[in-house]
Amino acid sequence: MTLTPKATLMDEQELGRALTRIAHEIVERAKGVDGLALVGIHTRGVPIAERLADLIERFEGRRPMSGKLDITLYRDDLTEIALQPVVRKTEVPFDVSGTTIVLCDDVLYTGRTARAALDALVDMGRPAVIQYAVLVDRGHRELPIRADYVGKNVPTSRAEVVKVKLREVDGEDGVQLLEHADA
Amino acid sequence: MIPGSTPVDLAATPAKARRRHLLDLEGWSREALLALFDTTDVMAQVMQRTIKKVPALQGFTVGTLFFENSTRTRLSFERAARAQSADVISFAAGGSSVSKGESLRDTLRTIDAMQADLYVVRHHAAGAPHQIANWTDAAVVNAGDGRRSHPTQALLDAYTFRERFEGFDGFEGKRLAIVGDVLHSRVARSNVSAWTTLGAEVVLCGPRTLLPAELAEQPGVTLTHRVEEAVEGAHAVMALRLQHERMASGLLPSQAEYRQRYQVNSERMRLAHPDALVMHPGPMNRDVEIEGVLADDPRSVIEAQVANGVPVRMAVLYTLLVGSR
Repeated sequence: MTLTPKATLMDEQELGRALTRIAHEIVERAKGVDGLALVGIHTRGVPIAERLADLIERFEGRRPMSGKLDITLYRDDLTEIALQPVVRKTEVPFDVSGTTIVLCDDVLYTGRTARAALDALVDMGRPAVIQYAVLVDRGHRELPIRADYVGKNVPTSRAEVVKVKLREVDGEDGVQLLEHADA
Repeated sequence: MIPGSTPVDLAATPAKARRRHLLDLEGWSREALLALFDTTDVMAQVMQRTIKKVPALQGFTVGTLFFENSTRTRLSFERAARAQSADVISFAAGGSSVSKGESLRDTLRTIDAMQADLYVVRHHAAGAPHQIANWTDAAVVNAGDGRRSHPTQALLDAYTFRERFEGFDGFEGKRLAIVGDVLHSRVARSNVSAWTTLGAEVVLCGPRTLLPAELAEQPGVTLTHRVEEAVEGAHAVMALRLQHERMASGLLPSQAEYRQRYQVNSERMRLAHPDALVMHPGPMNRDVEIEGVLADDPRSVIEAQVANGVPVRMAVLYTLLVGSR
């Protein structure tokens, strides 16, 4: 299974602008920073949440709360995979009850990650609101889930792969569309 | 995107070949043990939350088969299974057909009809869990077999050291002293495996009659009959339970003499590394193998050992079961 690049969906500038717009939308909807928390889903949701928190701090002068969520123990496909997924630490250093939580992830696809993240969050307490921010929505939902903030909507086929790269994890910023060579 | 969801051709590997067991620690690499400890950290986090339950093992059934009584180990495994939403079936040999003379194989055949995915086995005969692993398609975790091994106890001991030793920077260059009845101790044998695999040294100490010479053949292991020599410079000192029946069997002169020569106490701990931890696998005989005040001292991590039993066993169940179907 080799993947061949097909198109660049976002370059570094476009990715930066999308995050800036999402940060503005989040503050506008939340009417400020009070009780606002950005929670990134491991792996690439984590730097996205941190960057959104940085941007919001720049506009508002105050930084919203932020955290990291690992959803491995909440996945519904654990029995379908032969390789053992690595479990990472969840770090949500505040009481989630009563807060407005914006879950952050890189790509919205089937919606199963978001479903698991919702279960993980409500086990920690009772947030007032949970919203969902993604850099790319590629369609093909298998659950009734939608994002509140989307960087870019990209119609894709299931044979394609959306690869988000972020400085903190991959050393560079950008979003690429790849395709299975044998597809 | 779901992280780590690499597609794998399941049909290519038969179920039995993919099944993993925890029978002994031999065969578990240093990397595998360290990964297990990382998973344990996450499980410990789950156990600190208000809702101490995750759905990770939903749909799996864990069977506890205890042919030798041990309430605390069984409870710890059952808690570990339920905290991950697995179902639990329990089998205790007392009051079952085992006491009516049924063979291990026939007993297992009956229990296997309940279709558990993993068995936790404790047996007085060394090798019984290994035998069971040959007979069933389920994964098997050894919860103590004869004098042979008790891998989850050693894992929780090493994990507790990793968690509690001041400024812990790896097992390399660390030394564990195990003092007491090494001969009859599966805990000692499993700790030798775990700590040497992790890169630490182990010094075993006890009376001549209770210290099997062949253990010194393993790299990283030394034997001594002098407790002062064992404790000197050690980063952790573990006292083993002295079973009263050893006295009756003539392996030991008297409890008083044992205490005088081998008790782990505050005075002897002065020879150890300044941050050395005091450990005991429990249940303890206060003021016999371990001085009572030392057991309650801040250097003692005996309570942490008990508390870490559940997250360590959660990590073991998770590691063996996930991806096994």
